[in-house]
Amino acid sequence: MIHNTKLSCRNVWKLYGANAQEFLSSNPAPSGDDIRQAGIIGAVRDASIDIAEGEIFIIMGLSGSGKSTLVRCLSRLIEPTGGQVLFDGVDLLTASEQELIEIRRHKMGMVFQHFALLPHLTVLQNVMFPLTVQAAPKAEAEEKAREVVDLVGLKGREDYYPRELSGGQQQRVGIARSLVTEPDLWFLDEPFSALDPLIRREMQDEFMRLQARLHKTIVFITHDFEEAVRLADRIAIMKDGEIIQVATPEELVLNPATDYVAEFTRHIPRSKVLTVGGIMTPGTQAEGMPVPATARVSEVAEQIIAADAPRPVCDANGRTVGSIGRTAVARVLFGAGEAA
Amino acid sequence: MKAHLTRQAPVAWGLVLATILLGWFGRDLAKALDARWLVKVPSSWDIPFNTYISAAMAWLMEEAAVGPVSFTDATRAIAWLIEQPYELALNLLARGFLFDPGPEPQVLLPAASWIAVTAAVIALGHYCRSWGLAALVGACFAYLAVFGQWDSAMITLASVLIAVPIGAGGGLLAGIWAYRHPLGERILSPILDLMQTIPIFAYLVPILFMFGFGPVSALVATIIYATPPMIRITIMALKAVDPEILDFGRMAGTTRRQLMWRVLVPSASQSLMVGVNQVIMLTLNMVIIASMIGAGGLGFDVLAALRRLDIGAGFEAGIAIVVLAIAVDRLSQAFAERMGQVHHTTPGSWAARNKRTVLVLCLLAVTWVLGRFSPLLLDYPQSQTITTGAFWNDTVKYLNVNYFDAFEAVKVFFLQWFLLPIKKTLLGIPWPWAIAMLTLLGWRAGGWKLAALCGAMSALIAVSGLWAKAMVTVYLCGASVILATLIGVPLGVLAALNRRAGIAINLLIDTLQTLPSFVYLIPVVMLFRVGDFTAMIAIVLYALAPAVRYAAHGVRSVSSELIEAGLVSGCTKWQLLRLVRLPMALPEILLGINQTIMLALSMLVITALVGTRDLGQEVYIALTKADTGRGLVAGLAIAFIAIIADRLINAGARGARIRFGLES
Repeated sequence: MIHNTKLSCRNVWKLYGANAQEFLSSNPAPSGDDIRQAGIIGAVRDASIDIAEGEIFIIMGLSGSGKSTLVRCLSRLIEPTGGQVLFDGVDLLTASEQELIEIRRHKMGMVFQHFALLPHLTVLQNVMFPLTVQAAPKAEAEEKAREVVDLVGLKGREDYYPRELSGGQQQRVGIARSLVTEPDLWFLDEPFSALDPLIRREMQDEFMRLQARLHKTIVFITHDFEEAVRLADRIAIMKDGEIIQVATPEELVLNPATDYVAEFTRHIPRSKVLTVGGIMTPGTQAEGMPVPATARVSEVAEQIIAADAPRPVCDANGRTVGSIGRTAVARVLFGAGEAA
Repeated sequence: MKAHLTRQAPVAWGLVLATILLGWFGRDLAKALDARWLVKVPSSWDIPFNTYISAAMAWLMEEAAVGPVSFTDATRAIAWLIEQPYELALNLLARGFLFDPGPEPQVLLPAASWIAVTAAVIALGHYCRSWGLAALVGACFAYLAVFGQWDSAMITLASVLIAVPIGAGGGLLAGIWAYRHPLGERILSPILDLMQTIPIFAYLVPILFMFGFGPVSALVATIIYATPPMIRITIMALKAVDPEILDFGRMAGTTRRQLMWRVLVPSASQSLMVGVNQVIMLTLNMVIIASMIGAGGLGFDVLAALRRLDIGAGFEAGIAIVVLAIAVDRLSQAFAERMGQVHHTTPGSWAARNKRTVLVLCLLAVTWVLGRFSPLLLDYPQSQTITTGAFWNDTVKYLNVNYFDAFEAVKVFFLQWFLLPIKKTLLGIPWPWAIAMLTLLGWRAGGWKLAALCGAMSALIAVSGLWAKAMVTVYLCGASVILATLIGVPLGVLAALNRRAGIAINLLIDTLQTLPSFVYLIPVVMLFRVGDFTAMIAIVLYALAPAVRYAAHGVRSVSSELIEAGLVSGCTKWQLLRLVRLPMALPEILLGINQTIMLALSMLVITALVGTRDLGQEVYIALTKADTGRGLVAGLAIAFIAIIADRLINAGARGARIRFGLES
């Protein structure tokens, strides 16, 4: 699969403290000890990532790990102390204020943890807001806003005020508002963290449904590893301002880079992460109904265990590439606790 | 820590005792040593600050210029700008539009009829909220008409209508400027601090000098007085906007201006309206004081009645100010609330959409036309007004006739056993000793910086030749604050512990705070005549509120875990109060006392009207003589006393908080 890189950052640093700028230019690659000795706080340290077009890229970390700071550096809400942020090959950090405003108006959208809805505007006015500040024709803006309000399932609530809505509904408004300008790049900063677990689940499903239709390039922040595994194409794990590992959920579970990463993956049901392709025995000899290599183990576990013989595994083109039997599935299902 | 404290206690008590003894015998000591300079700062040491300031002022008025534009031109231009809208509002509401090139001015169009104005506020009340509000504000305005206060009230209303938008708008812009530029905040914050501690009277004098006696001066003074809280609230409100909302605004691609006016200001609008409300209340507070430099209206009526000692008239005009304040306050709050709601525009022509406006305009036109034939439609008939003046006068007369001895006994008791001893002590303390003690206190409470501040400010007062008057100020203020604390703190504790008492006490405090400060003076003067005791009662009444409020808040906010811990340790109710609640509430109580001192100092100038011999009187005399230097020096001396008290108490409160682990 070849994708264009939509957004990438190269050696991005964000240091807080007196003379952080001079400190970094005199020592372009300081170690953690250097930073501490200078009395500076390293919120983001030497972050480099590439995000492909149409990908759901999740930045995962606990509070204080620098994930919010990193995403704000990517959108240049925070001015990084050093590094490069390339959006469609253009360095955002050298863009003028006017250019930045244009990029944000047309190419970026952002969803916030606590929704950040304007309290004095109705649902429709909130959703229209990004178009209003561009001075778009009013009738056109309203039509577009109604469309996205409908898309997120809030039809009929256009004239409500944010305070009259539940948390889940408010975040739907936030999502609608971030989509109204049809951005290419979609930032979501812990969008579901402030919601109840049941609503969170529902919103995650809703998010997947939207993405299946819209194919945006997504940078998604969360502190919830389960959420990350569920939604991500790739995950970057951050700790103390550093990116420790960037990998697919499956790779993270199978090959955690450090003990810290392993600690996260330990409590994740592996059957929900590992794919059939990842644990199959290569070869072409099995008989019966094939299972797809991309399926998660949990989805097909029951039929494999119920079958008498190993089942063939096929790739996207329908070719048989291997086989999978009870033992392999059982190891995934029941061995998860002690593993890692 | 404990041992440390106990070791210091004897020294502290020794110093206090020495100070008191010096107070009693300082004069004798000075005589015995033949060193009169100990109790009285030699006049040859005085630095004539007032002459310097007066000279500077004269230079400013006569010579100062930037290029061809002189300072006087600038003040004239400002005056002209303020005057235009004010004249318009005044003509419409009170005076009528005149045509006056000739010696006998012709009324071109009379002022709006009382019927039309009342209808307008009723319509506004209905537009902003409901018929209930409409009825309330309608009743307020009807009261003004029926009680014969209409004409004065309209003059006052005209000045409020001009001062509030300028104060609120200017405050908002200044606040935004300070929010955007950290430098702006650094410039504004000390200015705001000083403006809150200098008594209003002190800057009345230079304003009088620059703008002359008249309504424009009064408006300028009102605006200067009413704007600072708006600036502070604007800065605070903008800073308190959720950072996510700020991020959102930037991500939506707003320009700087859009970010401020479409995202930040609307998001902060609720807090900003609190600021606007403050501006309105302060503007109405200023009504009486502003009348000293030329504002007419209700304030002038109160002042005139006070000078005549006409309690009835003064009280009525005072109540009219309160009534007007209630109407304007409720309307502005409802209006702010309505601004925050969605309005579905109904289709139709302009007239169909603005039925209320059309109705009011029609009524205005009709009363103007018919008013030519029936003056009743223009002015509320004099014969139908009600006055309660006679009732108040009779009440006071009755009390004076029947209870004179009782009042006199109370007064003499307080003078003999409370006021005079304090006065004698304070005036007797040799000034070098007092300065040394203040410096020491500052050092103990807040380190060398505070010590330097206390020492320098008290020394400045000494060399400005105002030491004796400053001591009288401290005495009057101190006695009032002691009394206000003795009354206010127990009331506050009671209000916090007993819900029903709390409601009653709150009502009392609210009433005391809405009445303009001058109104207290009238009945007190009538009962006790002029003098220090009268001044003290007026100050106590005025300054009571914060002592009660802060004590109540402090006691209420003691954490419930601590109370429970006390209960399970077997505390009785009384022990719980004495050992847990009061100590934990101490920092709050101290802040309340601090506020009480500030209010007492600001009331002090007003009590000069009843014949005190302190700095307030000095300012007041300067005002009547338009002596800029003298007024400013005395005003600054009051501000210095306020600043010393404020910093010392704040440092003490901080120390208490640190000791209780509430702050690090």
